[in-house]
Amino acid sequence: MVEWTEQERSIITSIFSNLDYEDVGPKALSRCLIVYPWTQRYFASFGNLYNADAIKTNPNIQAHGTRVLHGLDRAVKNMDNIKSTYAELSVLHSEKLHVDPDNFKLLADCLTIVIAAKMGSGFTPEMQATFQKFLAVVVSALGRQYH
Amino acid sequence: MSLSDKDKAAVKALWAKAEGKSSEIGAEALGRMLVSYPQTKTYFSHWGDLRPQSAKVKKHGATVMAALGKAVKGIDDLTGTLSALSELHAFKLRVDPANFKILGHNIILVLAMFFPADFTPDVHVSVEKFLQNVAWALSEKYR
Repeated sequence: MVEWTEQERSIITSIFSNLDYEDVGPKALSRCLIVYPWTQRYFASFGNLYNADAIKTNPNIQAHGTRVLHGLDRAVKNMDNIKSTYAELSVLHSEKLHVDPDNFKLLADCLTIVIAAKMGSGFTPEMQATFQKFLAVVVSALGRQYH
Repeated sequence: MSLSDKDKAAVKALWAKAEGKSSEIGAEALGRMLVSYPQTKTYFSHWGDLRPQSAKVKKHGATVMAALGKAVKGIDDLTGTLSALSELHAFKLRVDPANFKILGHNIILVLAMFFPADFTPDVHVSVEKFLQNVAWALSEKYR
């Protein structure tokens, strides 16, 4: 069972309540697809992903980035129960989407970097540590139902 | 994943921009690594104060970043350029090479923080590839 201090809980709530989902979500997903191009394999039906500009302006990617980021909201609301909160999503990613779970960490890293770029020095080392801990728990939960 | 001419140009351009803040970037990256990845503190237990603002952390961060600056200058032959440092890490420091990736992540994060407009996804790829190649060159002498 993951232990969260009061400070960690308030850091996570604060990051997400100040988050511009429509900006950060698309930026994180498109950065992932550009920096780790093999992740494009999951988006063959999304249209033109031919180069960085195409990816950044692709409306399907933008919509999906926002959607994925909102997917984290349930974890924020259920921090003591992230594992069971994401059981169904884990099954989906495994059985239907067939996503290699190593990719979850790649997207998590890109999300952290996008938020750091946006917040600058406001993203303190403690906030970084807490946010990365939160994402690590999410990533673990999403990989849990794979077999 | 070897470095293309485009990668090398991107790395050189960013590093030229970052040169003035090199010490600060290195200190910030090392400090953040010690906070976010506590297992890395095991290599610095002899320092005592491992908080990001401590003098030793700041100084060492600057040292690491200066070495990376030299690597950028010798980017066409990283194995040769980093040969002595590889021996140091392999035989004296014995840092598990998995940690190079961890520090690399923190350097990238700090670069994104300091240069949000310049650290585009394209530049990010090139810098990450560069740091991977540096890690590879640093691991050369391990076994």
